[in-house]
Amino acid sequence: MSSHIVPKKTYYTIFALLMVLLAATVLVAYLNLGQTLNIIIALTIAIVKATLVILYFMHVKYQDKLTWVFAGAGFVWLVIMFLFLLSDYISRGWIPFSEK
Amino acid sequence: MSHSSSTTTVEHAVGGHSHEHGHPQGLAHQFENLEQQHQSASLGMWAFLVQEIMFFGGVFAAYAFLRWKYPEAVMIASHHLDWKLGGINTLALLCSSLTMAMGVHAAQEGHRKETVRWLILTILLGMVFLGIKYVEYSDKIEHHLIPGTVSFNPGGPHVGQQEIFFWLYFVMTGIHALHMIVGIGVVAWIAKRAHRGDFTREYNNPVEMTGLYWHFVDIIWIFLYPLLYLIDLTTKGQIHH
Repeated sequence: MSSHIVPKKTYYTIFALLMVLLAATVLVAYLNLGQTLNIIIALTIAIVKATLVILYFMHVKYQDKLTWVFAGAGFVWLVIMFLFLLSDYISRGWIPFSEK
Repeated sequence: MSHSSSTTTVEHAVGGHSHEHGHPQGLAHQFENLEQQHQSASLGMWAFLVQEIMFFGGVFAAYAFLRWKYPEAVMIASHHLDWKLGGINTLALLCSSLTMAMGVHAAQEGHRKETVRWLILTILLGMVFLGIKYVEYSDKIEHHLIPGTVSFNPGGPHVGQQEIFFWLYFVMTGIHALHMIVGIGVVAWIAKRAHRGDFTREYNNPVEMTGLYWHFVDIIWIFLYPLLYLIDLTTKGQIHH
């Protein structure tokens, strides 16, 4: 755990991947695939980048389950916040209410 | 695994008092061993980062709503942002995460001078980022793009909605920049401590925990860049300043 040292080569490999993904991010933005698809792809690439940073640069891949739980908890609560906030707005006006 | 190998009289990195002890350098008294201390530090930092995720998450959620509600205004407003400068900034931060990881690696191996070198590189890259941010913000002021000011004028339709985009732009990149400034300060302090010889192969928590914070701030920008700068890159729409 604390004694596990990630080899430098791994860091350089992940860095190279991040560079490729950064190039992909910009390239995809040039292709106009419609707003919905564009943002899904952009977010997917960003999530992959973030996952690489978290697993390798932040060592989470080499940590114990409790650390995984802590790190994962952040995203669980983030998703809950997004889901509830956006579903509230998006469903406005779906159910008409009668004026009395 | 616990390391009971270290010397007798040690100048404690934590606490600052020296006395005869059978325990390793850097081990605070409330912990059983260095591994437990490391685990505790790591969980503590992650708890803080989880809070930070929620903190930034709030503004990101606001952005999600705005872009869903007024997609055209958001697209038009985003044309004022320079995606190339943003791209260089993203590159700078990704490089700084590499140098930071290298710094942690060097600290874990007990290489004092190498640790300091990598940390200084990280600071320099962070400053490149802030320098470009300064250029971008100055440009916004010059072109009357500061929301809430009387002179705010982005041109084009949906000015009111565009203004909300600029509020989000400044708040999101602003608090991110604040986190960068604090981060640079912390890395500088840790570099000073490393130079002083505070860290060893067995005890280097502060370097690693600083690394966690730094990588997190990088991740925030990894999302900020495409969401703010890369909304629409069709050359027709680009507003060149």
